Amino acid sequence: MANIISDETIEYVGILSKLELSDQEKEQAKKDMGRMLDYIDMLNELDTSQVEPMSHVFPVHNVFREDVVVNQDQRDEILVNAPEQKDGQFQVPKTVE
Amino acid sequence: MDVQSLTAVRLGEKIKKKELSAVEAAQAAFAQIAACEKTYHCYVTVEEEKAMEQAEQVQKKIDEGQLTGPLAGVPVAIKDNMCTKGILTTCSSRILGNFVPTYTAEAVKCLEKAGAVILGKTNMDEFAMGSTTETSYYGVTRNPWNPEHVPGGSSGGSSAAVAAGECFYALGSDTGGSIRQPSSFCGVTGMKPTYGTISRYGLIAYGSSLDQIGPVAKDVADCAAILEILAVHDPKDSTSVKREDTDFTSALTGDVKGMKVGIPRDYLGEGLDSQVKETVLKAARSLEFQGAQVEEFDLSLVEYAIPAYYVIASAEASSNLSRFDGIKYGYRTEDYEGLHNMYKKTRSEGFGEEVKRRIMLGSFVLSSGYYDAYYLKALRTKALIKQAFDKAFEKYDVILGPTAPSTAPKLGESLEDPLKMYLGDIYTVSVNLAGLPAMSVPYGIDSQGLPIGVQLIGDSFQEKKIFRAGYGLEQAREDQDLLAPVLRKEGR
Repeated sequence: MANIISDETIEYVGILSKLELSDQEKEQAKKDMGRMLDYIDMLNELDTSQVEPMSHVFPVHNVFREDVVVNQDQRDEILVNAPEQKDGQFQVPKTVE
Repeated sequence: MDVQSLTAVRLGEKIKKKELSAVEAAQAAFAQIAACEKTYHCYVTVEEEKAMEQAEQVQKKIDEGQLTGPLAGVPVAIKDNMCTKGILTTCSSRILGNFVPTYTAEAVKCLEKAGAVILGKTNMDEFAMGSTTETSYYGVTRNPWNPEHVPGGSSGGSSAAVAAGECFYALGSDTGGSIRQPSSFCGVTGMKPTYGTISRYGLIAYGSSLDQIGPVAKDVADCAAILEILAVHDPKDSTSVKREDTDFTSALTGDVKGMKVGIPRDYLGEGLDSQVKETVLKAARSLEFQGAQVEEFDLSLVEYAIPAYYVIASAEASSNLSRFDGIKYGYRTEDYEGLHNMYKKTRSEGFGEEVKRRIMLGSFVLSSGYYDAYYLKALRTKALIKQAFDKAFEKYDVILGPTAPSTAPKLGESLEDPLKMYLGDIYTVSVNLAGLPAMSVPYGIDSQGLPIGVQLIGDSFQEKKIFRAGYGLEQAREDQDLLAPVLRKEGR
């Protein structure tokens, strides 16, 4: 069964992915994703009704540790990488009108 | 023999015996980089000044008896998705084009503690997404065996740098075959250890449940020695495993007598190049001749590994790559209106096509209404694949097969059709899904003069069995040194 990706779906995926696509990119993305999903649908040949989803291959448990500070203040070093900074903080575009 | 042709362990021995200094070793690497980098472009960043300083410090510590390990003073190249304090770390992406980390990845730290000298950062597919190193924002890397061909990927820069003698060993990362496949294409030896063996702290995440760092080197002994240094439990990585059996070099006995080796019949079928197949069977005969028991068996589920892998890896990538938002580090778009528009424009301009493709697929399979049908279905398939391997390892010590269906394709032939490129991962991805260790060992050369690797897969935590079989194969190989032409010419 061929997967047809609608304009609404690709619009929604763009929102989830925080990506801005041109009309041309949208058309290509619809094609690529449809084709990939057609291929992924192959998994439906497998009966997995009795199988638990496996997120981790080993039986590992949550790892706890004391919440102790082990690093030093690296604020200035870290801010060197910020595209924009002000008064020792990351500067972001205005978020509230 | 030229210095460049030495393995990491042999170079380490020479440094120890004072036949050569760490500074001279680094100089030799930079001489080779100067001679070859224009042709192959293995590196995104070369750090000559820093490396020479480090080499001097390391040599001092060797002289003072503080550094005594087998790889002290040996120059290494690091894949550009591992953070290195003070050294540009781009993931071969535009979005990290100016990112200089404030800390060093734990795996790299382990090497530094052992006396490694860091030459620079190697080229890769952007965010490790690709099989050819052609999706790098910083240009393609070329295969040292033939520059018209790709080196494979995503650790293509690391593998090509080892093959060209532009470093003595390298670190790569493997999410679906990204160490083993380029190692096969470049005629070098590369290993992906059991999930959790090497700390992922400071490795820029792609598919966290699949990612694993590993060594790329000239031979099996090098890989074992490097892994001994890297297999350290790290509290900073919650998936890091405490292991005690990390004396991997003890497995380099050359004795494979009595080992049980299984060859999956489903790895030899349609889609496999006949010369690659012949090489795998030749390796099987060699192991058999040396006293191993070799037989074919049905592994099953092989064709389902790729769809399951692309669902899981893309899902994790869509989440992991949400951190690139133009605020804390990296690229930010020039013109925007408000916060959300800034995010969107930054990411759309900062990421390449393949990365966007996977983020979108991942966002889709995780979205409400599709999560069960795609994401959970893939995780259930993963459980089945793990079961199939568990069953196989009840019978066999190691599994032998091809690393990739073919040798290195020509540049420009792969990206046209992403799905076709994904199919090239058929023999490698299931290993990541099951968290297993596996190694690619060069074993032959095809009619085009390109190297062919064979893959050895072991059960979880059974790297030693892989090293034992791999070392046996290597020792009995017809052509002892499968060196790229660029090293042969100078070596002989």
